Parts: sequence; C-alpha cells; structure tokens
Amino acid sequence: MKKKSTFSFSLILKHLTVLFLVLIWTLPTLGLLVSSVRDKDQLTASGWWTALVTTERNEVYRTPIADEQVAVEGGWRIYMPLFEAGSDRSIGSWGLRADEIGLNLPGDKVSLDDGSAISVLESGELDWFSETPFTHTRGIRVFVDARIPPRFTFDNYREVLASEGVGQAFINTLTVTLPATFIPILIAAFAAYALAWMDFAGRHWLLAGVVGLLVVPLQMSLIPVLQLYNQVGAILGVPSKSYVGVWLAHTGFGLPLAIYLLRNYMAGLPREIMESARMDGASHFDIFLKIVLPLSIPALASFAIFQFLWVWNDLLVAMVYLGQGVEKIVLTAQLRELLGSRGANWEILTSGAFITIVVPLVVFLSMQRYFVRGLLAGSVKGG
Amino acid sequence: MASISFEKVVKSYGDVNIIRGLDLDIRDKEFMVLVGPSGCGKSTTLRMIAGLEEITNGHLKIGDRVVNSVHPKDRDVAMVFQSYALYPHMSVFENIAFGLRLRKLPKDEIHKMVHDAAETLGLTELLDRKPKALSGGQRQRVALGRAIVRKPSVFLFDEPLSNLDAELRVQMRAEIGKLQKRLAVTAVYVTHDQVEAMTMGDRIAVLHDGELRQVGTPLELYDAPQNVFVAQFIGTPNMNMLRMTLDEDGKTLRHPSVSIPVPPQWIASANAYKGKSLLVGIRPEHVRAVDENEWHNTAALSGTVEIIETLGHEIIVHMAIEGSDTQLISKMDAHNTHTVGSVVSVEVHTTRIHLFDPETQQRLTSE
Repeated sequence: MKKKSTFSFSLILKHLTVLFLVLIWTLPTLGLLVSSVRDKDQLTASGWWTALVTTERNEVYRTPIADEQVAVEGGWRIYMPLFEAGSDRSIGSWGLRADEIGLNLPGDKVSLDDGSAISVLESGELDWFSETPFTHTRGIRVFVDARIPPRFTFDNYREVLASEGVGQAFINTLTVTLPATFIPILIAAFAAYALAWMDFAGRHWLLAGVVGLLVVPLQMSLIPVLQLYNQVGAILGVPSKSYVGVWLAHTGFGLPLAIYLLRNYMAGLPREIMESARMDGASHFDIFLKIVLPLSIPALASFAIFQFLWVWNDLLVAMVYLGQGVEKIVLTAQLRELLGSRGANWEILTSGAFITIVVPLVVFLSMQRYFVRGLLAGSVKGG
Repeated sequence: MASISFEKVVKSYGDVNIIRGLDLDIRDKEFMVLVGPSGCGKSTTLRMIAGLEEITNGHLKIGDRVVNSVHPKDRDVAMVFQSYALYPHMSVFENIAFGLRLRKLPKDEIHKMVHDAAETLGLTELLDRKPKALSGGQRQRVALGRAIVRKPSVFLFDEPLSNLDAELRVQMRAEIGKLQKRLAVTAVYVTHDQVEAMTMGDRIAVLHDGELRQVGTPLELYDAPQNVFVAQFIGTPNMNMLRMTLDEDGKTLRHPSVSIPVPPQWIASANAYKGKSLLVGIRPEHVRAVDENEWHNTAALSGTVEIIETLGHEIIVHMAIEGSDTQLISKMDAHNTHTVGSVVSVEVHTTRIHLFDPETQQRLTSE
C-alpha cells in the first residue's frame, strides 16, 4: 500500500525541533573539539567558528636601532622580517601611527622627515633605506594589519598530556572506572536474580529496602561510609586513601539502582523458560548462568553505561576516597586544578576537557542502542 | 512403569483451595486429557505432576514412588509449555541438548540423541537456527523435541496447541497422538478445548472448580455424562437442558411445549420423581426437523427461529420455545431454508435423552 506523503505543518515543526535539539547537543562538543586543536594564539583571538578563515590582527613592531644598519650601494639600509619564517602570515595594510594602520598597502614607500624611506612588503619584510647613515637609538613603531592563516595543531594535546598531568589522570580515572563499573554489575546480577526468581522469606522486604536505598542522598552517606571504611581499614591495615576504597564506595553507591534495574528486567523474563530449565534439571546457578545472564545483556549493558558515565564524571567520591595526590588524582579533579592554575590558557582547558569527554562519548555512541533498550526494560518484550 | 496416581491431593494458596481432594489414576502409557474451563485447576494439577507446584496435602505417586517432595528433574517427566518456553539465545540444537548437557552426558552421545529426536520431528534442517527464526509450528516441534530427547516416562502438555492456527493445530494434534503411541509413554495433556480432548484422549478427566467431575473415555463422557456440568461441557453446541415435570404415573415428562414419554431404560430410576421436576438433557443432534430424521420414538414440538449458524454441512438453529428461558438448539440440514422469525416444527429423539436430578445435578441411573 502506498502511503501518501504529507508535508503538514506539524511534521515540519517536528523535524525542525529534532534538528534544533541535535544542534544544541552537538554544537558545543564540536566547538570544544575545534578549539582544542587550534593554535593557542588564534584561540584567544577569535571564536572556534572562524577557525577555517584567515584572521586579521593588529600588531605593532618596533624597527631595529641604528646599530643594525647595513651599508649598501648609495646609502644605508635597515632590514627586518616581521614574521617568523614559515608562518604563512601576510600583511594587509600598514602605517606608522596607530590610527593610520589602514593607510598604506604592502609595498608602498613612505618618506620620513629625515629623508629616509620605509616600506613593508606583503611577506612582512620591513625595508628602511636612507642615503645618510641612521643615527637613532630607538626604533620607530610600525603598525601592521597581520593576516593570519588558520593553523591546526596537536601541540595543545601534547602539552596537556605530558606536562600538565592529564595523561596520568586519564590512566588513574580508568583505574577507578573499570572496576567500579564491573564489580557492582557482578554483585547486582546475583542479587537481582535472587530477588526476582528465588523464593525465600523476606524477599519482598529486601526489595523494598533496596528501593528505599535508591533515594538516600550520596552526600549524606559519604562521610559515615568513609569513617567506617577507615576504621575497618585500620583494623585490616589497609591505607585510607586507596583504589580499593573508591571501588567499594562506587560499588555501594551504585548497587541499589543496579539491583533495582536488573531485578525488574529479570522479573520480566518469561516464567515458563525458568520452569522449563528446572525440568531440564538446571539448578538456580545453572539457570542464572546459562539462561538469565545471556538474556539480560541489554539490561546489564544499560546499567554498565550508566555506572561508567557516572563514575567517569564523578569528582566528589574520588576526592573523598582517593584524595588529590599526583599518582591518584582523577581527570575531573585534575581538570578542576587546571582551571584554577591555568585558567587563562584556553588551549590547555579545551584539550583537557576534550580528553575527559572523549571516552564517555565513545562509550555512549557505541552502546546507545543498549542504552535505549535497557531504559525500556520490561516494557518491550525482547525477541 | 509410569502410572500416576493422585490420592486425596489438595492444593491451596493460603485459604483458597485450588484442588480439593483429587483422586485420579492415570495408567501406564495412557493418553490422559485434563479438560475444564479456565480456573478449574487443570494446569495446577499438571504442574503438581511436574513438580513445579508443591502439594499441600495428599499423595502423588509416579509409578510406585511418592514424589511429593522429589525435585522436578528426578521425576523422569518432561513438559511442553503453552508458550513453548524455548531458550531464545540458543540454537535449536542447544535447546534440545540443554537438559542432556546439564546431565553431563558425553558429547557424542548428546549429538546422537539430539539428531535422533530432530529426525523424529523433522527438525534436522533447522538445528542451527535460533527460535526467533522459526514459525509457530516449528517452535512447537522444538519444544516437543526438548521433551522427547530425554526419553522420559511421562510427558506433560500444558495447552501446547493454543498458540497455533487452526489448520496447524489439527495437524499437530495428530502428530502428538502418534508420537505418544510410538514412544509408548504416559501422557497428560491439559486443554480447555473439548474438541482436542475428545480427539486426543484415551481417557478424559473433566475438572471443574478444583474437583474431578468425571473420568472416562471420550464416548463414555459423551453418551453418559455423570452430571449436568459434564453434559454441557462435552459436545458442540451445548446440550439442551429443559426442566420438565414427571407425571404422577411416572410415564411422561411434561413441558409447556413438549411431552416426552420416559424411555424404558429410565423408568426405574425416574420412579422416585413422580410429580416432581427433572432436568432433561437433549443433544442438539437429537433435535431435528420432521422430514430429516428416521427415528422411531419421537416427540414433536415447535419453536420460533432466533439465530441461524451456517456451518456448511449443517446449520445450527437456536429456537425460542414456550415455557423455557433458554433457547432450544437444533442441528439441521444445511439446505433447510429457514429464516429468522419463522416457526419450525422439530422432533426430539426421545430414547436418547439424559435425565438429571435438579438438586444434585447428578445423572439418574439408566439401565
């Protein structure tokens, strides 16, 4: 059957809305990426959306003093390239006073009162000629309109990763995040199966307890849990600020949601499949391992993404349980440090920020279909 | 040897009794169908045999062993579920092999057993497929394969055909029957469809409200229903049930629209009801138009046609008759051109009526 295409107002409005939402979500990220690979001078001079066009900047240079004059045929000459070799910059116009910057074109000759003539070429070479020797002890100022071509570089990343400690922080964050994602999933999967499919006394109260824990604010339990950890750690001889501590903390804070999410998903699996497996001779552990776990992959993946993103972006728990030592500082904390110490160096902040978001970005984009499916856990029956 | 016997089995959830003292013997190698309306406890009964439901009271024996507290896997039973309950992430082969693998059988033996079962059911081509790539009938076959591969002594079926379309259902019905006879195992089959029950069962157990109403072969149930419930449950369309008064002489049953002489085989038991009322059951096929039967003992009546259901080979006519709230249903020749609203004359085959006590709803004894 052929469907009649309709270009109704509401359809257009819908598409425009979607387009708008996509743009406001993706543009800032794009801007951050573009900014982080721009030359640091250009970054401060103009916005990222001008990154592909030549920028103009007013600059002022001072000519050399008389000592650098060279005798040439018929007089004396002072020569100076204004730009570094290979910078591809050029001159748009120039002048000898700030308000005359647009007065002369490249290659124009301007005569000075003492009879000498000065000119600036398009390539930025300054040529000053006089028939009598120069005697000035202070160079005159030349105002130029410099045309700067776009320049992209990974120097910012090199600097941030190597000398600003972001590389080490990146590794630290990975060290925190991976175990803090997988430990709770492992525990929660077992708990969720038991709460969904095993018949034992107090099961419903236990589940109600888990739901109750969902609403306990993290900030409230942070310090008591830390104290408990330190006291137990003191008995066992474990240092107070360690990776194990932060793993356990994230596990604890993540477990209620994990158990709740996974239990709901597992409870939605058809009962007859479990019964069939029981009749086939499967124990609870067999059913969990061979039936429920493979069927729960969408929910497991969905929670893994949740937990991964949350731990990756976490600052508070890491600060409290891990501290800020160089060998343990996480990315978010390092970024905050940079914001304080190098707040004016945008090239460092943008590249640091992008390094921070690139992993969540990749994780989200590669697993988003699980993300959506897992959020709908239970409401849509998976084949 | 896998007979199954229920001895005063009770199943209750809290205060609610689902099964109230069930006594039932299922013989070895018998195809027993449990039938009844939804909520009658037939599935619960089946699940008790499977070991998926605990037994509140009484004994359940498989063979000579009381299995009340035996784990499902040790009962030597296999079950086919209504929704097939295939493992969606496993191929057909893995589905069938699942139970064998859990029993840690050697690989080559599993391979052989699975292929044997697959061949029996015509699944050999499909062994590598996932369940979602199979049609409903094929899934049903895989579920069967999973049950037969372990060579259990009891098969349990929980409405296995209710998700199939009509044509496939007829085909699978025959296949399941043949399979059970060939494998020579005891089968217990739950259904709410009385056609399935009649065609498949060696014997049928009719359950209602957690109680066993009658057990017997399909024809026994049809010819001699023990109570009003069974009489109306078995047979399509439902048996007509008229409340009639027996004359003081015990010879004639009277109704405002028809009088029926008491058939000889009923006279003795009807004696006790002289001057009282009786429930008279008449199957629709025993109510026919005057020119469409060759019965010797008939009673004539007439009614107004209210509904006509055309089935092709026959029509089913619902008639309003005087002195009765319920319609009288009659099967007639399809080429009988009645119209709604017309008055038709029909005859009742008087020797084929059933008599029930109006109080107890039980069948009177006939000779």
